[in-house]
Amino acid sequence: MKTRQVGDKESLFHFWGRYLQKVATGLVSLLSGMGVTIRYFVSPDKIITQQYPENRENLQMMARFRGHLAMIHDENNQHRCTGCGICEKACPNGTISVLTAKDLAGRKVLGRYIYRLSQCTLCNLCIESCPFGAISMGRDFELATYDRQQLTFILNKTQGGK
Amino acid sequence: MNQLPTEKIFPVHNSIGDLVRHLLPGSAEYVNGFLTIASLLLVVALLPVFLIWLERKVAAHFQARLGPMRVGYHGLLQSTADGLKLIFKEVLVPEGADRFVFFLAPILPASATFLVMTILPFDHHLQVADPAGGVLFALGISGLSILGILLAGWSSNNKYSLLGAMRSGAQMVSFEISLALIMLLIVMVTGTASLREIVLSQQGTILDWWIFKLPFLGFIAFMMYMISSTAELNRAPFDISEAESELTGGFATEYSGISFAMFFFAEFVNMFVSAGLAATFFLGGFLAPQFGIGPIDAAFDFIPGFVWFFCKTFLVIFLYMWFRWTFPRLRIDQLMYLEWKMLLPANLVLLMGAGFFLAMGWTL
Repeated sequence: MKTRQVGDKESLFHFWGRYLQKVATGLVSLLSGMGVTIRYFVSPDKIITQQYPENRENLQMMARFRGHLAMIHDENNQHRCTGCGICEKACPNGTISVLTAKDLAGRKVLGRYIYRLSQCTLCNLCIESCPFGAISMGRDFELATYDRQQLTFILNKTQGGK
Repeated sequence: MNQLPTEKIFPVHNSIGDLVRHLLPGSAEYVNGFLTIASLLLVVALLPVFLIWLERKVAAHFQARLGPMRVGYHGLLQSTADGLKLIFKEVLVPEGADRFVFFLAPILPASATFLVMTILPFDHHLQVADPAGGVLFALGISGLSILGILLAGWSSNNKYSLLGAMRSGAQMVSFEISLALIMLLIVMVTGTASLREIVLSQQGTILDWWIFKLPFLGFIAFMMYMISSTAELNRAPFDISEAESELTGGFATEYSGISFAMFFFAEFVNMFVSAGLAATFFLGGFLAPQFGIGPIDAAFDFIPGFVWFFCKTFLVIFLYMWFRWTFPRLRIDQLMYLEWKMLLPANLVLLMGAGFFLAMGWTL
């Protein structure tokens, strides 16, 4: 049976060097950590807590907040959706139904964009899959209703598109 | 050194005590005794309520949150409300628990903190008792809270409680050694073990406080006191006895209602006592900070001593909270390594160094 290999015994000088270095570096890293936290402590503007019901009037949600799905409309109430249905395929829950229609020239355009909030997990996959940037996540979060029917929306304001 | 006038130092009595003695010469002893106990009880009852609120607010601001805001102005009444809720809650006793010990355990830490409060010098004339061996008394009494925690873990009939109590017992017994050695250092340099005498030995400017008076060594001793007392208090980063994520609350797992509240309150009063001892040993206790500049010194001297005591104590408490909300928890083996391989040898070297400094007369 082989015995365990033991390295050369560390000299006392090395041991003390390592010990003191450990103490010094440890102290420095602890102090830098304390520096980080005290900076948070003395800057109240970094506080992210919202006093929600009180500041309901002027509450701004974060830019990356995912709320109710919305279709982007410009000032002429025009949207960029072509009715291609990629978002419908990307959706894991069957939340979206893209119903197409034909315009006067016989081209396929968007008819109704049906969105069922009751099935949506706000996973953002539809927005990532959209090649035209036609949809986005809204900032609304007070979405509760008393009736399930009110959770189905038609997102496009106008039929057709550009 | 500007010595205090003798009538400010001795005898240890204040105007209320004198008034009672004047009005009721026969029963003054009992009335004064009752008054001291009542006032201390009031302090012990109100301090944790405020400290818990403070801890929550400080923690919140360290983490970019707001903390309690709803109950009272900026949540000031939050911990009062929590305490009231805990009082009205049912106390559950686990099956197979040792009932007597189970109810005895939370009383021990609470009474231990109360007893150490009696020797804290709040002001020149605000100290219930000043035993010659005050430091020894503080050390001995703080052992009671270890006993309480061990009994709580044992009597709960729960493996997590027992594990937490065992860890906590090992931790507190270990760190008590370095705490005692630092106190020994202070006793050595001051030549007295009475807390009042220790404070009075720091008269003069702030350079006469023991944190500065022993060049360099005083500051190291203060830092080591902070480390070992944080461990002694079972606070983060040394809170392995509770370790919510590992032991579901440690020794207090089975406690509820008023019994739990007593553990919780004792923890916070303990923090105050520890900070008060740090202020007494290193920061000049109730003495006003003097910078050697006439008008400022006079103005600071005008502020009563207990205000300075509380200022210094709350400064140290803030340091404890700062540690807690910055550092991650240590593993139990790291904790033991820290005590037995780092702190204890360093303490002995420090003690030797302080003796050398004293012998050479190198104090400021």
